[in-house]
Amino acid sequence: MNGSSFSAFAALLPQEGLAAAPLGTRDLVIQATYLIAAVLFILGLRSLTRPTQARLGMQQAAFGMLFAVIGTLLNAHILTYQYIIIGLVVGAMIGYPMAMKVPMTAMPQFIAFSHAFGAIAATLVGVVEYRHAFTMRMDGTMPGMSSGVAAAIGFEVLFGALTVTGSFMAFGKLQELITGRPITFPGQNAFNITLIGVALLSLGVLIYNPDTSWAFYTIVGLGLFLGVSMVLPIGGGDMPVVISLLNSYAGLAASATGFAIGNNVLIIAGALEGAGGFILSIIMSKAMNRSFANIIFGAFGSAPAASGKAGGPAKEPKTISTEDAATQLAYAGSVVIIPGYGMAVAQAQHVCRELHELIEKKGGKVSYAIHPVAGRMPGHLNVILSEAGIDYGALLTDVDDANRVLQTADIAVIIGANDIVNPDAEDDKSSPLYGMPIFRPWTAKVSFVVKRGKGTGFSGVENPLFTKDNTFMLYGDAKGVLGNLVKEIKALDEGH
Amino acid sequence: MFEIFQLYVFILAGFVGFIVIQRVPPLLHTPLMSATNAISGISLVGAIVAAGGSYGRLSTILGLIAVICAATNVVAGFLITDRMLAMFKGQKPGEGAHK
Repeated sequence: MNGSSFSAFAALLPQEGLAAAPLGTRDLVIQATYLIAAVLFILGLRSLTRPTQARLGMQQAAFGMLFAVIGTLLNAHILTYQYIIIGLVVGAMIGYPMAMKVPMTAMPQFIAFSHAFGAIAATLVGVVEYRHAFTMRMDGTMPGMSSGVAAAIGFEVLFGALTVTGSFMAFGKLQELITGRPITFPGQNAFNITLIGVALLSLGVLIYNPDTSWAFYTIVGLGLFLGVSMVLPIGGGDMPVVISLLNSYAGLAASATGFAIGNNVLIIAGALEGAGGFILSIIMSKAMNRSFANIIFGAFGSAPAASGKAGGPAKEPKTISTEDAATQLAYAGSVVIIPGYGMAVAQAQHVCRELHELIEKKGGKVSYAIHPVAGRMPGHLNVILSEAGIDYGALLTDVDDANRVLQTADIAVIIGANDIVNPDAEDDKSSPLYGMPIFRPWTAKVSFVVKRGKGTGFSGVENPLFTKDNTFMLYGDAKGVLGNLVKEIKALDEGH
Repeated sequence: MFEIFQLYVFILAGFVGFIVIQRVPPLLHTPLMSATNAISGISLVGAIVAAGGSYGRLSTILGLIAVICAATNVVAGFLITDRMLAMFKGQKPGEGAHK
């Protein structure tokens, strides 16, 4: 913006004298591209409030990015272009096939990976800057760095490093390279808090005395370590919160980079991502009726195995034959499908659309109740169903709306979901799910539960829905069960 | 002094982000995350300066890796966002038809 904001950029330069010089035409052009980029980014995010405008808006935002990159290439401080060109080409060659091939079911892993890459860049930029500021120049001077810049760079590498390893851990859990179950050990929380404390102390030292390089590299190291140790105890079912938090951290790292090199467009873009990730984390936590602290320090899946109501003879869930279920579905007036991550795992979304179309052809109406935390990241089931060709108009993404529709529905079909339909969340104060907003499939005339086996859900909590009088189980792989239902309904047609 | 100006920019951009992003419907939360992720790939700008500044061999190598990672982030982020949003376009207008 003004001359002084270039002093930070100038910290990257061989000659320090430039900082005080007034902005030249070249710098004005560069700043103009950054301004355009910032405006297009904000408009792009705004376009996401309407599905019909979203695509165009984000394409414009991509152009904004292109402007910013071209503007940066004009930077007078760039002396060689060969590495930049190599980097851009290699990056595009990695990014393009990745983005075009990844299936929608693997979107959370993909996003985690992408967070890690952005954070690697932010962290490395921080390291390069720091090294450069404390490298002796030809004329025997050393630029050094102010405490303000040191603070920015410290935050940059702390959030950056934490996001890098945290995202790779999340990726590993989502891809099932490491167990999705929480990994805990005694004193884990105290251990993590100590790590954070030491990192903050080092940051303090760095701010007080920016040339303390051990403090700088301690922050990088602890950041890398913290990313691992903070994600380890978090279970697969809590992944939507973790991904959102990492989203926020990645943004803060980018923003801190902007502070460190005096670049406003980085600050703005990072702040937007930071805000987005934060909002999503809050929405996800609310949808699970849990606090951030509880998710990060709670290690949900490991504890509640012992809970649940004692006493009372355990009722066996009732099953229903595929033929009977198919007949009821074929003549239903209104069907609500409640999908969970199990549907994505079984790749059952396409056969689900087939079933949907058959029911509609018979005159029934089909809608989908999508819980905010269904899937492994915010909004995950929406993109999976949309990819299968299901109209987004049929997706009910508000829990209250969906419950209203369920009250008048003939049949609720629960596919690969468990905790989000557990009545204990409303009835049993001792349940770990208590207070979580849930769907009420039992208010429909009947509900069918498509489920792999008799086990509990990801949280390890028993589900009394399965033993309700109007609930019938269809055990088996979701894809297979739905496929059989489709076959049966088609056979009904032929029979008539 | 410039740090103060930057703080203003950060806070105001954060507010804009809150106001705009809060109105994004749950339907588009996944594209929202990939969109903000792509946008924050703007770290590329810092990486380009680090790679092209000739600050010594190690810095150039680190800068090169930073450019590769940030460029991957940007390209993959915008493309996947576009792929997802294409699925939500051209269908019946007005989400929540059952409301």
